[in-house]
Amino acid sequence: MQIVDRRLNPKAKSLGNRQRFLRRAKAEIREAIRDSLKSRRVSETEGAEKVTIRSKSLREPAFSMGRNSGRRDYILPGNEEYQVGDEIAKPQGGGGGRGSQGSPDGEGQDEFTFTLTKEEFLDLFFDDLKLPNLIKIKLKDLKAPKLARAGFTSDGPPARLNRTRTMRKSLGRRMALHRPSEAEMRRLEEELAAAEAEEPLDPAKVAALQARLEHKRRLRRTIAYIDPIDLAYNRFERVPKPTTQAVMFCLMDASASMTEPLKDLAKRFFMLLHVFLTRYYREVHIVFIRHTSTAAEVDEETFFRGTETGGTVISTALEEMLNVVRARYSPADWNIYAAQASDGDNFHDDMPRCLELLDDEILPICQYFAYIETAHGERFNDTVETPVWHGYSEIGQRSRNFALRRVAAPEDIYPVFHELFSADGVAARGGT
Amino acid sequence: MSTAKRLPKRKGNLRPLFDGAEWNFDLVRKVYDVMGEIALSDLGLDIYPNQIEVITAEQMLDSYSSIGMPLMYRHWSFGKRFARDEALYRRGMRTLAYELVINSDPCISYIMEENSMTMQALVVAHAAYGHNHFFKNNYQFQMWTQPDHIIDYLSFAKSYVSECEERYGQEAVEGVLDAAHALMNQGISRDLRPRTRNVAKRDREKAERRRAHEEATYDDIYRTLPEITKEPVAAETADSRNEQRRLGLPEENLLYFLEKNAPKLEDWQRELLRIVRLLSQYFYPQRQTKMMNEGCATFVHYEILNRLYERGQLTDGTMLEFLHSHSSVVFQPTFNDRRFGGLNPYALGFAMMNDIARIATEPTAEDREWFPQIAGCGDPLGTLREAWALYRDESFVLQFLSPKLIRDFRLFSVSDDAKDPAMEVAAIHNEQGYRDIRRRLAYHYDVAAQDPDLQVTDADLSGSRRLVLTHRVRNGVLLDKTEAERTLQYLAQLWGYRVRLVETDSDNGRVLKEHEALPMP
Repeated sequence: MQIVDRRLNPKAKSLGNRQRFLRRAKAEIREAIRDSLKSRRVSETEGAEKVTIRSKSLREPAFSMGRNSGRRDYILPGNEEYQVGDEIAKPQGGGGGRGSQGSPDGEGQDEFTFTLTKEEFLDLFFDDLKLPNLIKIKLKDLKAPKLARAGFTSDGPPARLNRTRTMRKSLGRRMALHRPSEAEMRRLEEELAAAEAEEPLDPAKVAALQARLEHKRRLRRTIAYIDPIDLAYNRFERVPKPTTQAVMFCLMDASASMTEPLKDLAKRFFMLLHVFLTRYYREVHIVFIRHTSTAAEVDEETFFRGTETGGTVISTALEEMLNVVRARYSPADWNIYAAQASDGDNFHDDMPRCLELLDDEILPICQYFAYIETAHGERFNDTVETPVWHGYSEIGQRSRNFALRRVAAPEDIYPVFHELFSADGVAARGGT
Repeated sequence: MSTAKRLPKRKGNLRPLFDGAEWNFDLVRKVYDVMGEIALSDLGLDIYPNQIEVITAEQMLDSYSSIGMPLMYRHWSFGKRFARDEALYRRGMRTLAYELVINSDPCISYIMEENSMTMQALVVAHAAYGHNHFFKNNYQFQMWTQPDHIIDYLSFAKSYVSECEERYGQEAVEGVLDAAHALMNQGISRDLRPRTRNVAKRDREKAERRRAHEEATYDDIYRTLPEITKEPVAAETADSRNEQRRLGLPEENLLYFLEKNAPKLEDWQRELLRIVRLLSQYFYPQRQTKMMNEGCATFVHYEILNRLYERGQLTDGTMLEFLHSHSSVVFQPTFNDRRFGGLNPYALGFAMMNDIARIATEPTAEDREWFPQIAGCGDPLGTLREAWALYRDESFVLQFLSPKLIRDFRLFSVSDDAKDPAMEVAAIHNEQGYRDIRRRLAYHYDVAAQDPDLQVTDADLSGSRRLVLTHRVRNGVLLDKTEAERTLQYLAQLWGYRVRLVETDSDNGRVLKEHEALPMP
């Protein structure tokens, strides 16, 4: 008999199968992810994702006996009161209790639930947005850990020996144990030499000195100059690259003209920005501000769900944002990002006020301000400029940290980020 | 039915082989050796050399997904199975098997590292002695499988499939495998003994030679030659019959038929069909002997552990842990229990083995009447070994299911006609019902009777190239329509032309239903 330990064999033997499986169901999985985005919070792009798909491409048909025709027998255990000829009502769904026969493993159902890993989820999530592969890697890349000093340890490689510490400890120990110093020894030796040279020789004094010297020498031999317990090594710990904090403002028009699909597009944009920011900053706060003719900071639920009636005055949202910044997020401590989504409507007289606010107050404290104008497919084509677009494009030309885009479909979202990731991106912008 | 007996009496002093839950390799080896004395000399088992492999839960899930084989070619359906099993396992809805055993020579058993030492002992007795003996001795396995080649063959299959993927693309290979998997249950030759299977190496070489030959002899100029025109068939008359004979029709093994005759398939595609077909054939004996196989293994582990205990080599604690898991394995919920999921093959198998042993040693008058050949023969183990060697589930039930067991299980038979609003109790455990129940249960275990009876009955290779299949409908049970049409679509894809499926009544030949499928470009 042979007994083999296979536990250390390469793991994930079925990885190849899994990749084939995901490729096969890609369309459906993407669909499921898109659906699940609706129920997700903006900050929840991390972590494993459970998806349920109904997939045509995952069917495994086989010739099997139908359930709705013909005669069949069942042999069942545990008869209690039945006699030959008794009638038994058919259980719902047929099958006569032999549940295991029809589909032993749920193959019969098209619905299929399983868990995607974080990597797989991000892959599919970004896949839709048509990010170049390079950027995907950058996004998924975890922070490279950095070595940071973390006190001292009594053990370590010689190169890490902390000499100052070691010597300090050694000195303290030597003093505590009364280890004679070099100078003390020299003094004694001199004394002894002097005593020996003395005329007339005093044998008792010499003997006493010799004994003392001998005692001191023994002390020096037994008490080491540097003992292993003195050794101190520098200790390093791997810590994530120190990053600072960022706050992300999501501004959105809440008037009725923002329909569900438009909000959905905006949400995806916000999510992507959030994923991006969490790669660079350890702590990312999100502030949701929605506005009609007045603006208010709201929670995420209200932000995406609720609609309000009223006009559209964008400057109220910008002002609210400045209020929040003043109250909680001092530009000295926080990197400020803002993302605004709207369908391009604004109260006409409000535009100058908006531009003024942006130019004078917001853009100077912002790392980046992104504006996306969500539009339905057909509107996207038309050349009529919306009031907001008209006003903003001017800023776009002269400000380095302002980007604006029109977005009609998910794949349009990416170009907005292109600037963020390109040479002028956050890393260069001095985020850290 | 109840198996939680009182602890047996000890005969020796207590010198336990192990104590506590911890296990290690030496301990497993020691226990294996001690069990060997009992299994080989006392029980008279005859086994392949064993190879026991320790794996983790994740690896167990891996093996599950590749239908329990240590090696398997790559296919998305295995990934799907893994994803599903994993989800069930993580949510705690499914526990993993304690072991997995492969019909190979040497016989490979997987045991999980999470098991306690008692469980390892149980698993070694169950798989390495019980299943192993059954694999080596049962006629079905002897006839249909070549355990010394299976691992080699799988490794050939795996590398062949991945070579094909490289050469022709994953999607193309997937297309063939999907279709072949759909027809897997129709990839079995039930009656013919297959030709001795080629060793993996020979197969690989053959495939390689064929390809190399094609590549070496390829010359573009041949394309310009006119196609060889076949001699026009003399007369249109006899030909359909001749053709049928030439094709060996009717043919029940659809995969075999397609591999040999499908007009449009490339050689590598035929080879893929062949791989799936051989795997299907390899598993056929397992499907036919599931209940006996488990019964045999359960009986063997129960005997071995009890004998060890009697010899004082197991502690009371170990014995109780063993009995606890043993009795949950052989638990049979009744039909009205929420946990009921059909007859438990472990329960029925184990009960039948014990019953045969009982009949051989302490027969009642009833047993003498029903089983004159074995009643009171005094050699329970010999009788069992013979039964394990010479029967499959269907014939085993037909031969050995005793009235006493029918009473113990309180089996009853229910007839269900789709036309009627209610089902009717056809037989119960009484004098009039024993034979009826036994016959029906045996029929239930007959895999060939449970699978639809499908055959290729006509193939027109010279004209329209239409393929005709016939489903001989038994008891009026038609095929599941959606499934059948989807599968037929796959079949048409392989055949390359129109395919028709006719469902006819096996009693009077009346056509009940027809399906048709055309290949999609």
